[in-house]
Amino acid sequence: MLLIHCPYCEEERSELEFRAAGDAHIARPENIAAISDEDFEAYFFLRDNPKGLIFERWRHVAGCGRFFNAARDTVSDRFLKTYKAGEPKPQLPIAAMTDETVVETYEATEGRAE
Amino acid sequence: MRKYSVFAVAREAMRAHKGWEAQWVSPEPRASYDAIIIGGGGHGLGAAYYLAKEHGITNVAVLEKGWLGGGNTGRNTTIIRSNYLYDESMDIYEHSLKLWENLSQDLNYNVMYSPRGVMMLSHGIHDQQVFKRHIHANRLYGIDNEWLSPEQAKEFCPPLDISASARFPINGAALQRRGGTARHDAVAWGYARAASDRGVHIIQNCEVTGIRRGPDGVVTGVDTNRGFIGAKRIGVSASGHNSVIMAMAGVRVPLHSVPLQALVSEPLKPIFPCVVMSNTVHAYISQSDKGELVIGAGTDQYNSYSQTGGLQIITHTLDAICELFPIFRRVKMMRQWGGITDNTPDRSAIQGVTPVPNLYVNCGWGTGGFKATPGSAHLFAHLIAKGEPHRLAAGLTLDRFRSGRLIDEAAAAAVAH
Repeated sequence: MLLIHCPYCEEERSELEFRAAGDAHIARPENIAAISDEDFEAYFFLRDNPKGLIFERWRHVAGCGRFFNAARDTVSDRFLKTYKAGEPKPQLPIAAMTDETVVETYEATEGRAE
Repeated sequence: MRKYSVFAVAREAMRAHKGWEAQWVSPEPRASYDAIIIGGGGHGLGAAYYLAKEHGITNVAVLEKGWLGGGNTGRNTTIIRSNYLYDESMDIYEHSLKLWENLSQDLNYNVMYSPRGVMMLSHGIHDQQVFKRHIHANRLYGIDNEWLSPEQAKEFCPPLDISASARFPINGAALQRRGGTARHDAVAWGYARAASDRGVHIIQNCEVTGIRRGPDGVVTGVDTNRGFIGAKRIGVSASGHNSVIMAMAGVRVPLHSVPLQALVSEPLKPIFPCVVMSNTVHAYISQSDKGELVIGAGTDQYNSYSQTGGLQIITHTLDAICELFPIFRRVKMMRQWGGITDNTPDRSAIQGVTPVPNLYVNCGWGTGGFKATPGSAHLFAHLIAKGEPHRLAAGLTLDRFRSGRLIDEAAAAAVAH
């Protein structure tokens, strides 16, 4: 279970209080009825699904109820930063991603098949 | 390949089992292949097998970054069924179920397919209406599915608590008798052995790091940790990593990868004769031939490639199991693991052509890919060989998210992931 820092409550709380809400920084087109099917697909369905750094939305449903954004590593599940909705994507040093904690992926723990 | 049979067992018993040969060979990769399949799980290995067997294309390599079946093929709860709601889903899962029925004979490998019945519990009037809708849709389509009263459900699965005072009372169940389980490792190994026998190269510890394309956009091969390997056609079947692989060819796909967990108990004597699923309280359970109770938990709510998952997901499922089957309350759980599932917005798979010529994708099987293994592999081989989808997979196209022709199994799922 994750521990998540809510930037509004300014507290680290258990994941049970939060609801993940998909990718962050995806702007809804203002002229949504006029855009092409390709543009709508890209806006509505296509996602990078990155292995590594992801920017995503969370909602503190059992706390303040507010949406906020987070930068997280999808390999270690470690939060690099949480920040308030509306703030720009934070610039994160690359070093933040090189993870010193051992994660139990099969690549990490099992290595190569014999 | 030497055929497995009772005579082979007897022969080897006479000579201390020294005559068994390796099930597949692991050759050095060639400079190029007619077709490369990325991902050595059941779907990828099966596709290679059917390419060789049914389409005569044997200059094929399966590239696997770890070991065969080390991904979701070896991490699922081995449930097989075809009682889906929509035509596109019923087509492919029923095709798959029919292949399951004869797979051991086809591969000369015992995949231990066991049609012990998959029973889905109904906990209220809404469940009952949804399940009856499924039953009628299935039966109109020629797929077996029937309604059971609580007493009939109890008779079919004696450990079930159907008392009125139960925490999750049961007002009936839907049963697909042809559904069941199979041994997941054997599926990967059986396909690998049969494909290798037909000349397919199975290359483990070979991680794809890039997809190369010619000036006309057509794929020319893949970069790997073992060097460049040329390919006229590439099939991507990399489960949770499909987004990562497709990004190498510059294609964004509508997928998000989340961990799905499962766990097994200590081995028990045979007590649980079927597969039971409960949508409403989220639990599914069966007993393996080793005696372990095999229990499927839910997905985590966030994207992750960690192959782990939150403990609260497991306890949620175990809470439900203990209420449905009070007899199991003191059973100890032995192992727990996670696999990374690639999920589409409509929870139906994608199998089809991509914007890149000669690059084909088989993805989005999400939390239910194991049951589809033979059918998906069979139709994926057709796609790679012919360059266009088989009739039974024609609805699973990548461009349905542009056209809007979704297959909304998300709303019809047996388990609400």
